[in-house]
Amino acid sequence: MAEQTALADIRAGDRGKPDAAVVRDALGVGVAVGLSGFAFGVTSAGSGLTLPQTCALSLLVFTGASQFALVGALAAGGNPLTAAAGAFFLGVRNAFYGLRLSQLLALPRAVRPFAAQWVIDETAAVSLAQPGRRGARLGFAVTGLSLYVLWNLTTLLGALGAKAIGDTGAWGLDAAGPAVFLALLAPMLRTTTERAVAGLAVLLGLGLLPVLPAGVPVLVAALAAPAVLWAQGRRTSRPDSSAQEEAR
Amino acid sequence: MSTWIAIGVTALGCYAVKLAGLLVPAGALERPLVRRLAALLPAALLAALTAQQTFADGHALVLDARAAGLAAAALALVLRAPFLLVVAAAVVVTAGVRAIGG
Repeated sequence: MAEQTALADIRAGDRGKPDAAVVRDALGVGVAVGLSGFAFGVTSAGSGLTLPQTCALSLLVFTGASQFALVGALAAGGNPLTAAAGAFFLGVRNAFYGLRLSQLLALPRAVRPFAAQWVIDETAAVSLAQPGRRGARLGFAVTGLSLYVLWNLTTLLGALGAKAIGDTGAWGLDAAGPAVFLALLAPMLRTTTERAVAGLAVLLGLGLLPVLPAGVPVLVAALAAPAVLWAQGRRTSRPDSSAQEEAR
Repeated sequence: MSTWIAIGVTALGCYAVKLAGLLVPAGALERPLVRRLAALLPAALLAALTAQQTFADGHALVLDARAAGLAAAALALVLRAPFLLVVAAAVVVTAGVRAIGG
């Protein structure tokens, strides 16, 4: 395993992915998404949360989709525990990122409780896009730090400036979120398998939206991954039977 | 007060699942199927989130200016634009389409 990692690092060097390039990628994501904390601050204040409540969400929850879901549910007059459940379901995906990152980053046990708060869409996407462990660790740290600092700073500014800016929709700020997700997704769609998973996930996520509670369709859409793997397994594990059918 | 309860429960729950992912023993991930699955899950989640945040309005599906913004972001990605430009394209086009009454 260690040898494989060393080889990966050497290959990474050959392919010209120096630390500076990793930092540049990480800062690109960290700054862009960090700035979109402004949209959260504005939305949260507009939903009736106080300044300390808005800032507490960004400091303590620190996973954008869950934060947006929570303030949306609270603004709609939802029960606080129901609202929290929706936000929690959205945050469950971070456990899957953690599963991937724990083997990729190989963090010491004592560091994990501190690194955990930064295990989100963006840090996972940047880390997973790096060819070696060194790049992955650097990408995780730089993305996590720049995003955490900026997200909290812009949340504060957004909450303060909510009245001045008026309607965030008029500024197109609600399109920043999906654009960020798309930019993170694009490099993952290398093979037919990944494209099939993404396509099925879109169908599930949109198709179930009208009938399931907020946050649940995204979780069900995650089942696209095992479903596509299962379908592939069925196709490849029975070459004999299909060959016989063709012979007939 | 109830808002603070919601914030506290969400913060604890979201931190717990983040930590749980990191603490699962590495041995559980050595099976090829589990590794493959863990690699594919982010693609599924990001695809679903992209679609929902573009086409969802509460529990309804809508086609509005955000779709134009996302199309602009997709075009920028195809042209290999840097990350910030991709996001900026989506924001500017969405705001533009709304400004002309889309």
